[in-house]
Order: sequence, then C-alpha cells, then structure tokens
Amino acid sequence: MRRLPTAVRSFLPFLVGIPIVYLLQRVFEAQGWDFVALLLVNIGVNVVLAVSLNVVNGFTGQFSLGHAGFMAVGAYTAARITLSYAHIPILGLPLEWSQQLVFATALVAGMITAAGAGFLVGMPSLRLRGDYLAIVTLGFGEIIRSIIENTKALGQATGLSGLPRLTTLTWVGAGVIATLLMARRLAVSTQGRALFAIREDEIAAEAMGVDTTGYKVRAFVISAAYAGLAGGLIVHVLQLATPRSFTFIRSIEVVVYVVLGGLGSITGSVVSATVLTLLLERLRDIQSFRMVGYALLLIILMLARPQGLFGTRELWDLPFFKRRARKAAEATPGVTP
Amino acid sequence: MTEFLQHLINGLSVGTIYALVALGYTMVYGVLKLINFAHGDVYMVGAFAGYYLAGTVTSEQATLGRASLITLASMLICGAVGYVIERFAYRPLRHRARLTALITAIGVSFLLEYGFQLDAIIKKPIEFPPGPSPRFFPVLLDLGDPFTFLDVTVPKFDVLAIAVAAALMVGLQLIVYRTRFGTAMRAVSFDSNVAGLMGIPVNRIISGTFVLGSMLAAAAGVINAGARHKIDPLFGLIPGLKAFVAAVLGGIGSVPGAMVGGLVLGLAEEFVVGYTASSYRDAIAFTILILVLLLKPQGILGRVTVEKV
Repeated sequence: MRRLPTAVRSFLPFLVGIPIVYLLQRVFEAQGWDFVALLLVNIGVNVVLAVSLNVVNGFTGQFSLGHAGFMAVGAYTAARITLSYAHIPILGLPLEWSQQLVFATALVAGMITAAGAGFLVGMPSLRLRGDYLAIVTLGFGEIIRSIIENTKALGQATGLSGLPRLTTLTWVGAGVIATLLMARRLAVSTQGRALFAIREDEIAAEAMGVDTTGYKVRAFVISAAYAGLAGGLIVHVLQLATPRSFTFIRSIEVVVYVVLGGLGSITGSVVSATVLTLLLERLRDIQSFRMVGYALLLIILMLARPQGLFGTRELWDLPFFKRRARKAAEATPGVTP
Repeated sequence: MTEFLQHLINGLSVGTIYALVALGYTMVYGVLKLINFAHGDVYMVGAFAGYYLAGTVTSEQATLGRASLITLASMLICGAVGYVIERFAYRPLRHRARLTALITAIGVSFLLEYGFQLDAIIKKPIEFPPGPSPRFFPVLLDLGDPFTFLDVTVPKFDVLAIAVAAALMVGLQLIVYRTRFGTAMRAVSFDSNVAGLMGIPVNRIISGTFVLGSMLAAAAGVINAGARHKIDPLFGLIPGLKAFVAAVLGGIGSVPGAMVGGLVLGLAEEFVVGYTASSYRDAIAFTILILVLLLKPQGILGRVTVEKV
C-alpha cells in the first residue's frame, strides 16, 4: 500500500469523522435522546483526558497526578473568553456563527494557557524522579486550585456560572479525533521513540544522546494542552466552572483510566475510559461506592496485572486481530505480512 | 511581640503533629524507598479509633488515665492496620517497579478515605463505617482554662500535646539508635540486600517499621482530634500531604530531619498565614516542597545520594 502524504493522513480523520459525529448529533437531537448525547460527551471528554495523560504517564513513564490542574487552567481560560464574547456578534457575523468562532478561539486559548502552565510546571519538576514528580505535580494541581479560589476575576470558590452551552457532540468528536491523532502520530514519530526510550531506561536514553529533560517537558506540555481542551469542553456542558470540579480526585480518576487500560496503550486508554464512564454512570448516585470501586480496582490491578489490560500494546496487536490480519495476508498472494 | 509569641505557640503545636506523621513517612521511605501515600489516612484511622474507643470504653469521666489508655489503644489498632497494609498491599509488590507500589499506595489511601465514607454497615455497638459527615470528637481531657502569659493564651491541651509528642520522639530516637531493632532498621535502610545477607530478618524489620510509623501517626491523630474536636474521613488527606512535605524538607529518610521539617513547616505556615491573613494556607506547604526539591533536594538533614548506573 502506498503511504498517503502527511497532510492527508492528518486531515483525513477529521474529514471523515466530523460529518459522522455531526450526523449522530442531528439524529439524537431529532429523537430527543439528550441523555445519550450527554453520555457520549462525557465519554469523549474522559477519552481526551485519558489519552493525553497517557502521553506523560504511559509513553514517557513519568507519573503526573496534576492533570485536573491543567484542566482547570484550560477550563477557566475558555470560560472567561466565552463569558465575555459569546453573546455579542463579532466581525459582523450572525450571532450563531460568531458564537462558534468564539468557542473555537476559547478552546484554543485554553489549550495554549494550559500548555503554558504545563511548561511552567514541567521545567522545574521534571528533573525529579518518579515518586517525587507525582507529589510535585499533585502539589501544583492544588496550588492552581488555591490560586483560582483566591482570585476575584475567576469567581473564587463559587466559580463562574451561566456559561453558554456551546459544547456539542461535534465539538467533542473533533476533540477526540485531534487527541487520538496527536497520540498516534506522536507514537510513531522520532519524538515518540525518544519518549519510549526514556520510559524504558532513562539513564540509557541519556547515554544514547536523548535530551531527556527536554523531551519530558515537551511531553508534559502536549499533555497539558489536551487536558486544557478537555477542561474547556466540559465546562461548556456543565455551564459552570468551579474549583470543585478540578480536585485531586479528578486527577486520580484519569490515572485509573490510564492504568487500567495499560500505561502506553492509546486504545487501552480509550477502551477503559469508555467502559468505566459507562459503568460508573450507573453508580452515579452512590459517589462513595464509586471511589471505593476505583481504589479496589487500582490495588487489585497492581497485584494481579500491573501492566493494565493491554500493557503497552494496542488493540490491533492482540492475538485475535493478529490472526485475522495474517489470514487476510495469506489470502492475498504476493503480500508479505 | 504578643502576636509573634502567639503565632509561635500555634506553629509549634501544628508542627509537632506534622513531625509525628512525617516520622512515619521518613522511616518507611528509609527502608522501602516508597512514599506511603496511605500514611495520612492511617492518621485518620487513629483519630477514629480514639473516637470509637471514647464512645464505648466504660467511664465517662475525662481523666488522664482514660485519655492515655485510649491513646495507647488507638496506637495499637493503627499499628495493626499498618501491619495489614504492608503485609497485603505492599509486600507482594516489593520487587516490582516502584510506580506499581506508588499506585497501590494511592489505592490504599483512597480505599481508607472512601471506605470510611460509606454508610454504616455495622450498627452495634458502634456505627461503622462512620459516613461522610463530620463527627464530634469527645473531650478526653478537661484541663480547665488556658494559661495566659504576656497576653498570650496557651491552651493547656496544646502544652500537654507538645510534651507528649516530644516524649514520643525521644522514645523513637532511643528505639532507632539504642536497640537491636533500631540498628537492624538502619541497616535495612542502608542496604536491604546486604542486611538480609547478614542475617537480619528484613521482612520482619519492614513490618516493624510500618507498625512503629503507624503508631506515631495514631498518636498524632488522637492528639490533633482532641484539639480540633471534629473529625471526618478526609481528616488525614491534607495533613498527610503536608507531613510528607515536612519529611522532604527535613531530608527524607532522616529521623531527626522529619522532626525539624515538621516544626519548620508548622511555624512557616502559621507565620505566613498569621501575618498576611491570606487564605493560601494549603498552597504554602506545596510551594515549600517545590522550592526544596529545586534548591536542596536532599533536605535540611538528609544525605546526598549519588545515582549509580
């Protein structure tokens, strides 16, 4: 098979995916299945979070516990922008178009500020080893929350309310596609190889000439940017941004998705985020059972299968799919597997 | 001057609590190189053990004997909890990657925090788990009016708490530096493989370390619950994290370092919050942590470790 040009490979998923989710959205609207749409939005946001955290915790083998903090940065940036500009037509466009434009700008701005926060956090702390890094990122997450709770412009502990409900299934779909594409393209690139080398053995990687701190910071910045995107998306569903949505517990939730799916497996993160969101939707009323469930899941997983469901493999690396691929290859003569 | 002294007293009483909890972190880190995330929750379990014991144990009189009995009993209970955690959650993972143990520790911590928030399953003789709403911690000791000294009010309970904490730390110091167990513990902390070759029962020493650390945390829990009067299942989350900061500040792995670190952190928090009246209390500890790790990662009294390939 001839390889497609890079530009096509990057845009094709959007060209195919966005019309599909848009169609789904219209169907759900027409049928009035709001709760299905909402569930899918939740799943999508969690997938974005899980896959982006996987870039740091899985690909690079670092351990960040501050994902909720970056989410908060992106969420508040986006919320501030839409609160100020979403209700006025800009550039002479009709209100509806201008709202979408403002939302897109807000999401991008959220990603940029979250990436900036990721850089500020990553620069000093990524010189530290595993468990220290975990505590420092946790600390940074709490500091970000503390700053929000003490800033008037961000609504302090009550938060920002009355945000326009701009997040649709299409926006979330686009976010998910962007995140998956980012992760996949990163994994097969030189950058990704460097990250894997750091995960496998940091000292050996450094000896081979990998700029370990530089690559770790880059991974951190990318991951923070997508966490910011998820934050921007979720607050425009809830129509409310409060510091309570971005606590340490939220970070742990994302860690559970990543660890369950397998550190380093993109499809693993997608599957576990989807399944856990669906399962826990049923346990929503009993919040504390849900957290006990997470805790037990983590302990049992670590004792029985510390590499997670998929390990570092992807869905298509599983024996089942491998066998089918081999059969397909045997069926078409002249093609070596 | 009065204000300064008042902050000093408050800072000392917070600092001793941090120091007691930090000792557990530092000892466990010393022998296992593991950040025992669940340690803050053991402290919470200690406070609840005190609460339940005070509710069920006989006489209602708030006497010194009863208070010390309750404190000792909760220390024993927490020692057992620490043993169980080590035996069943950490020991099977000892030779795996360090992240595995860290994730398990987070799991254990959440299990305790949220397990305690479930609705009561056992109703009699005590309601357990206690559920999410705060409980009123009974008065264990009624010492009367606080001392007043140069316009500084010093609650008698705080004085007693500081004294008890100091006594515990001296006791620990004696155990670590004057007993066979302490010598073995230091040997395991230095190099557990070689210690094993020398005939030291490494597993038993590590269990003992967990028990000792958990007992200190329980004492801190009961003391602090007695001062604050209110406990809930998330009682240990923030103090636990701050005690960890204290351990790093003092030099993780160093027993005197944890004491110094706890006191310095308590004083720093109290002075910053007291003089600037800010609500950034929880951010101070983490800022200190980040500064320490950047500027002097070995802490105040820690050894510099060289990374070997």
